[in-house]
Amino acid sequence: MSAGQGRVDVEIESKRAEDAAAGKSHPNTCPGCGSHYRDDELAASLRVCPQCGHHFPVGARDRISQLADSGSFAEEDAELRSADPLAFFDLRPYPERLVEAEMETGLGDAIVCGGAAIEGEECRVAVMDFAFMGGSMGSVVGEKFARACESATAGAVPLVSVSASGGARMQEGILALMQLPKTICAIEELHESGGALFSVLTHPTTGGVLASYASLGDVVVAEPGALMSFAGPRVVAQTTREKLPDDFGLAESNYRFGHLDAIVPRSELRPTLSRLLRLFRKAA
Amino acid sequence: MPSEAEIRLRERLSKLGGMKLLRGAKLSGELDRLQDQLDRLRQEPSAEDIWRSVELARHQDRPYTLDYVQRILDDWFELHGDRGRADDPALVTGIAKLDGRTVVLVGHQKGRDLKERTKRNFGMAYPEGYRKAMRAMALADRHGFPLVTMVDTPGAYPGVAAEQHGQGGAIARSQAAMARLSVPTVACVIGEGGSGGAVAIAVADRVLMQENAIYSVISPEGCAAILWRDAGEARKAAAAFKPDAAHCLELGVVDAVVPEPEGGAQTDPDGAALMLREGILAALEGIESLDPERRRRERRAKYRVMGILATT
Repeated sequence: MSAGQGRVDVEIESKRAEDAAAGKSHPNTCPGCGSHYRDDELAASLRVCPQCGHHFPVGARDRISQLADSGSFAEEDAELRSADPLAFFDLRPYPERLVEAEMETGLGDAIVCGGAAIEGEECRVAVMDFAFMGGSMGSVVGEKFARACESATAGAVPLVSVSASGGARMQEGILALMQLPKTICAIEELHESGGALFSVLTHPTTGGVLASYASLGDVVVAEPGALMSFAGPRVVAQTTREKLPDDFGLAESNYRFGHLDAIVPRSELRPTLSRLLRLFRKAA
Repeated sequence: MPSEAEIRLRERLSKLGGMKLLRGAKLSGELDRLQDQLDRLRQEPSAEDIWRSVELARHQDRPYTLDYVQRILDDWFELHGDRGRADDPALVTGIAKLDGRTVVLVGHQKGRDLKERTKRNFGMAYPEGYRKAMRAMALADRHGFPLVTMVDTPGAYPGVAAEQHGQGGAIARSQAAMARLSVPTVACVIGEGGSGGAVAIAVADRVLMQENAIYSVISPEGCAAILWRDAGEARKAAAAFKPDAAHCLELGVVDAVVPEPEGGAQTDPDGAALMLREGILAALEGIESLDPERRRRERRAKYRVMGILATT
């Protein structure tokens, strides 16, 4: 669950510190084959390694510009921010983590929503950003996703969800867990109004987001190599002492076990989504 | 003139952040009910109080789902199997009579001794368990039987096979199934309400929580391991994320707190069962007469407003 969120979050923090100390592993170095890229080279290839096909992470704003027609995106609910309902304090106060995340990412929280067109097909999009506190889902992510469902219903257009999340946000306690049923109830309303949801799972989509809206698309696809598991590999290994298969929780394994409709390489994502949008378009 | 308890409740609510409270309107209508319960509960559970709840919720003698089934329901007929792959003993389903009416019951089940604990997988269900639950929910809906669930799990099982069989999707679909039901639904958190594995069977018209149960997004040990980098700091973690009944009620996550006998449910299982039965019957009374469509709409509306937000 949120085990994923914090763990990944912590790993990133510690990795950054180690890397800075060791002066190695530039973020543009491919973990798959070790190739180095300039920012503009990676951007031109949609942040996919031209050598080995490794999919680098993509932030919410970059993702939207990769998928949406130029100039078509109109953001909604950008003013929402997380509160600190529990006055949560671990090693640092939660509000401090929020401010830092906002300064680092330029985002109000871990999801960006709004209206867009994909190859001319109108839709709403809800795109997560793993860089904002491990893409964890608290009240704001849940609220923005639910509003995106309502906006899609109001506009009579489908909703495209792109997830990247470590799970529920521990710092909001039980209210973070309640975002699972909240987003699910919103999807139920969308579906009852005849609306469609397409869910794109990107690396990683774990814990509470996988156990709620990311799994409930009318069509569910994932990027190659994306980790999509309810419990993260480390939790599973520690709890069960089982030897994990090499492809544990990966999109490829999930496809084999019947949990995905397709694995879609990033270059194919935009045409695939526009195809789905056309297929689901109701006769006027 | 607002009563002292109301003032206290409002103070505590406003302390929750000093911003627009989306739930404010709803709470004001239910103040009387909340007042009674707040009076009963300790004013502001201290870190020790919270940890005591964690310990009581996990107490080895605490009554489990089938202990309550035996004491609360008549003519229990257990339903086995998900009709696809397996029967998960960590989650039990069945039909029985409650005060004269037929109900469907779904609940996590822990084991009492080592052998049964292993068999029941410590109450940690596989996707097969949640699929069995969905089968029982569909049965309830088909025949118009109210659904009662009992939540008592450390969490959904984190294993390789569980992942391969679709743990995340099963938990999501089980919640969606509950959001769709036309029949009255009551969920009771009777021990550990551990994360996604708990909420999977707890999306209900009325959610009750026993006084010493806990309901949380992650286990105290898990949270401590991540945020404090030391599972030994579980007490600090529990104090920080507040999984106790008083806080869950205050945050609007549960609708009512069911009292337990002095010292906890394990000291007097019969007494605990009696109070739980009263709680379930009172909850059902409030929803059984509602129009099914309205009941379902209100259930979704309740979850739709959960959470506390700020704006720039």
